[in-house]
Amino acid sequence: MMTRRDAIKTVALTAGALTLAPSLLQGENEEKLTYPYKVPDLGYPYDALEPHIDTLTMQIHHDKHHNAYVENLNKALADADPKFQKMTLEELLTDLDQLPEKIRTPVRNNAGGHYNHSLFWLMLKKNEGGKPTGELATAIDKKFSSYDEFKKKLSEAATKVFGSGWGWLVLNGKELEITSTPNQDSPISKHQVPLLAIDVWEHSYYLKHQNRRPQYIEAFWSVVNWDYAGERYKKAMA
Amino acid sequence: MAYELPPLSYPFNALEPHIDAKTMEIHHDKHHQAYITNANNALKDYPDLAAKPVDELIANLSQVPESIRTVVRNNAGGHSNHSFFWKIMAPNAGGTPKGKLADAITETFGSVDAFKEKFQAAGAGRFGSGWAWLVVNKEGKLEVASTPNQDSPIMEGLKPVLGVDVWEHSYYLLYQNRRPDYLKAWWNVVSWDQAETNFVAAK
Repeated sequence: MMTRRDAIKTVALTAGALTLAPSLLQGENEEKLTYPYKVPDLGYPYDALEPHIDTLTMQIHHDKHHNAYVENLNKALADADPKFQKMTLEELLTDLDQLPEKIRTPVRNNAGGHYNHSLFWLMLKKNEGGKPTGELATAIDKKFSSYDEFKKKLSEAATKVFGSGWGWLVLNGKELEITSTPNQDSPISKHQVPLLAIDVWEHSYYLKHQNRRPQYIEAFWSVVNWDYAGERYKKAMA
Repeated sequence: MAYELPPLSYPFNALEPHIDAKTMEIHHDKHHQAYITNANNALKDYPDLAAKPVDELIANLSQVPESIRTVVRNNAGGHSNHSFFWKIMAPNAGGTPKGKLADAITETFGSVDAFKEKFQAAGAGRFGSGWAWLVVNKEGKLEVASTPNQDSPIMEGLKPVLGVDVWEHSYYLLYQNRRPDYLKAWWNVVSWDQAETNFVAAK
């Protein structure tokens, strides 16, 4: 009998759009990315990113904000056609047009919120001034001429998001690209592969930085998990 | 004439404990000021547009050159909304609507409580950043609305009577993720006198 995981793999191999998007979480965590959804463990203590991102912000962000997206997503899917309950988070988000109008906006917002935050936690790790390495480093230098130039461009994109949203480094096809999305829209809805994300909803930084978003963005560079971004790049390019 | 930050007519701590002093200070001195600075920058080569009262400017965004339209929409919108917001709140306010507005609310929504519930739902349901409003629509009737980011009902030809800011910066220091608690507390600082003035002027 085919397990859920095999089924996901089969779908991922056969659906064109999905082959662009490497699976969000590896191994057993994949099972959790179907209805009813659960908030994934942070994977490190709330204070692990201090002093760059404060403990209270991490706690509320993960336990309250992320949890609310998960709850609202489950609520939206509870009365939906079971076929939508059987889809993975990535399948829901890569083809929002297939969803009935009644659940399209709540799924876009809350599946997006769940997906983006699940990724975001994995992308954060104190890096002690570290920079990208390996193939990703080479690709960044090639596309943006230098790491500093890349950092400046992504910082600008994140600063300029008006209202709530995200700044991203994505793969568009095989090309690196800096982009931003409003609210909880996810690049995978545009069939792009997210490699790095910065949440610029005010809840990501307001307790510590208040109106000074650029200060938060500067601090973010100290907690980029470049190993994870590099792995995602390799997997997506393979 | 460049736009200028209107002073608050009450101290930063006047709305305590419902809205904290630090939030008021940052909200007024930093956020509102940033909208004004950005609007003035965008309009610096357009003295005719910059000379218009901000509400007139945003009521006719189609007349703003496309190259600066989004910046003006966001920042002149932010200036208009916040200028409105400081006045719709007051110390020792709250209570219940009065006069013609009270009658119109009851007539439209059934009761003041039913209206409040609808208004709070509009605020809680605004995904991301934005505002919830009570407006007078083009037929002269009351209506609950919400707008994203710094869009104003004035941009749609609607006239605001009440408006509450639901950007996270409005409440995060005191309420964090609990936006519904902020919305519930907000009724304690609503100036129904100002709302009545807005309503009468809109009719």
